[in-house]
Amino acid sequence: MMPIGHYLFLSLALFLIGAIGVISRRNVIIVLMSIELILNAVNINLVAFSRYFGDIAGQVFALFIIADAAAEAAVGLGIIIAFFRNRETVLADEMDLLKW
Amino acid sequence: MTSSGYFLTHLWLIPLFPLVSTAVMYFFGRRLSKEAVNLFCVGSVFLSFLHALGAVLRLFTLPATQRTYQQILFEWVTPGSMPTSMGLVNFVADWGYLLDPLSSVMVIVVTLVGFLIHVYSIGYMANEDGYYRFFGYLNFFMFSMLTLVLANNLLLLFAGWEGVGLCSYLLIGFYFLKKSAADAGKKAFLVNRIGDVGFLLGLLLVAATFGTVRFTSQGLGDPAAFSGIVQSLGSMVAQHVLSYGSPVFTAMALLLFVGAAGISAQIPLHVWLPDAMEGPTPVSALIHAATMVAAGVYMVARMSAIYQLTPVAMDIVALVGAATAIFAATLAVVQSDIKKVLAYSTVSQLGNMFLALGVGAFAAGIFHLMTHAFFQALLFLAAGSIIHSLSGEQDIRKMGGLRYTIPVTSVPFIFATLAITGVPGLSGFFSEHEILAHAFNRHIMLDRYLALWAVGIVTTGLTALYMFRLLFEIFYGRSRLPIKMEGHIHESPKTMTVPLMILTFFSIVSGWLALPILWGEESPFERFLEPSLRGVETDTGTISLGRHTLLAEHGLMAALVAFVALGFWLAYKLYLDNPKLHTKLAESWPRLRNLLVHKYYVDEIYDSLFVNRIKDLSTALSFFDAKVIDGLGVDGAGWLAHVSSRIAMWLDKWVVEALVNMLGWFPKFLSMPVRMFQTGVFSAYAVFILIGLAILLGYYGHHVQAFVRTLH
Repeated sequence: MMPIGHYLFLSLALFLIGAIGVISRRNVIIVLMSIELILNAVNINLVAFSRYFGDIAGQVFALFIIADAAAEAAVGLGIIIAFFRNRETVLADEMDLLKW
Repeated sequence: MTSSGYFLTHLWLIPLFPLVSTAVMYFFGRRLSKEAVNLFCVGSVFLSFLHALGAVLRLFTLPATQRTYQQILFEWVTPGSMPTSMGLVNFVADWGYLLDPLSSVMVIVVTLVGFLIHVYSIGYMANEDGYYRFFGYLNFFMFSMLTLVLANNLLLLFAGWEGVGLCSYLLIGFYFLKKSAADAGKKAFLVNRIGDVGFLLGLLLVAATFGTVRFTSQGLGDPAAFSGIVQSLGSMVAQHVLSYGSPVFTAMALLLFVGAAGISAQIPLHVWLPDAMEGPTPVSALIHAATMVAAGVYMVARMSAIYQLTPVAMDIVALVGAATAIFAATLAVVQSDIKKVLAYSTVSQLGNMFLALGVGAFAAGIFHLMTHAFFQALLFLAAGSIIHSLSGEQDIRKMGGLRYTIPVTSVPFIFATLAITGVPGLSGFFSEHEILAHAFNRHIMLDRYLALWAVGIVTTGLTALYMFRLLFEIFYGRSRLPIKMEGHIHESPKTMTVPLMILTFFSIVSGWLALPILWGEESPFERFLEPSLRGVETDTGTISLGRHTLLAEHGLMAALVAFVALGFWLAYKLYLDNPKLHTKLAESWPRLRNLLVHKYYVDEIYDSLFVNRIKDLSTALSFFDAKVIDGLGVDGAGWLAHVSSRIAMWLDKWVVEALVNMLGWFPKFLSMPVRMFQTGVFSAYAVFILIGLAILLGYYGHHVQAFVRTLH
């Protein structure tokens, strides 16, 4: 059996790629995709610990997160399309309406 | 007065019928059909006529001394006690009706002529717009006129007086879209108001002198409780407080006469009546010939007790009347509009009536008023029928020979002409003779000249001249109508011709009430009126007029007939026998002709003396209004408000608002560091989250390390 550290490193790598994508990319669709990467990093973590501790609850949780990610992608894309219709842009730095 | 009977106790119904019908026209007239309008308006006047007839016949059956019926409906004006020359008096003007010989003559004339003219109007106005409006005004006129003649006091008479003035204005301007009609209405109204000022002042002087405006206390339950002018006057003369010729009587009489001259179109207030011909012809007949314009005569006769005591005022009335009579008669000769000729003829006849009043022949004046109401209304209605037949043509120069085409109209017109000119046997002869005989008499008695009688008889000749001229121009000679109109001439409908026939009857016979003067007896008409016109018995008694000898009476009649014949002969020569003669005559005296055609330039003189001066004043006032009131006052106030609001605005902006802004600005300043994080860009928030995560991980790093170590 592979030591758990490998899994955790893969997970960390995926998380960092996703986080950097969220921070640095301007296109909101790519930001959404980066969020998917972060969620997948979480899933790998959950599944790895589930195996390690011999507890099935972690894997069930991962399945929930997959479903949640699908819902989040649908809602997120919907918001983006609505936003595009109003403002004709999908660039993150032009979305500054939340400002004071 | 115990057994008065239905008609006398219901005297108040006579003016009420037309008033109710007026109200119906006012509220529902627009939605009623013509038949319904006829039913209400003509029916109400007919009911008034029946009640008037019943009341007068009942009055007639009473003994001569009791022929006064008075009825007080309610106390109308009660201003309280008033200081008068007789001390404090509790002044009351009631809404009450008085039927005595004088008002019974008037009420019969008004309702009878009024009814016939209402019937006539059904035909005349059939194709006019505003049918219900016309009849509503006409009915309101009937109400006002009946209030005027039946009033038991001077104030109520004045109310009726104003009512008829209003109706006159409304009906002259009936075709108000036509500028000349609207202007004529205004002119009539304004000229009448000038007279009304005099009337009102006279009324106040009467009230202040006698402490009452009620004409008489006769016919009331307790004569002592209700004093009347006649009684008050009598006691004042008896106590020698005032006497024959007192200046206060002259002032009263002259002020009241100003009012009478206004409504009856006497010099110098005659200018409105010819213009009033702009109204529909039935209106000219009813208001401006038969009834309203005679109201001045009626009022002076009603106040005869005062007039009899002031010889100066009487002479002025007589002079104004005689001057108006001859003045208007000369104008009637040159007018070419049929209605204008009749208008001047009305003014002239009214002048005759005032001449009668002025020489103390009040009964003769009222007699002439009655006969005149019949034949002048007939003349106007016949003229209306001619105009109707010719589809609106009023110029007599374009008529001629009409007796063949419209015979039913021509016969009444011929009889009316004979009546007004004074041809023996018809009504005008008797009443004009009465006036002239009294004028003759008065001057013999006062040992003066015969000028008034001479003017009167020349006026009669002129009347014959212009009336026969009218007759010849319209009905005789060759037709001067345009060819294309010849075929359109049509006789008027029955509703118009039947009233003409009835009026013809009265124009002939109404004079016969004075028939016994032919054999030297007193006129029954005068005897009937005598109780109303007796006045106050005084020891001076200058006015009591004896009859002439029979020879003088017949001589005066012969003179009258001679002048009528002269007028007839002149008219025949000038207009029928040799029609070119009158144009030649006019050409040989162009200046006289111009003077007459321009009506002695009276309108022009009034324009330059009063109308234009008032216009100048208005222009000056409008300049003052524009420059001073508007410029300095209104615009100045506006400028002041503007400037002060500017200052207030500056204060608001830089003091009040600045304080408020400061309050807002303070927390804003404090929150500055926090606010810096709120960029609004979600990537930035993500960065903050990661930084926060890194800090947390760094802070709890040893726990993480401990955990990771357990994994092996």
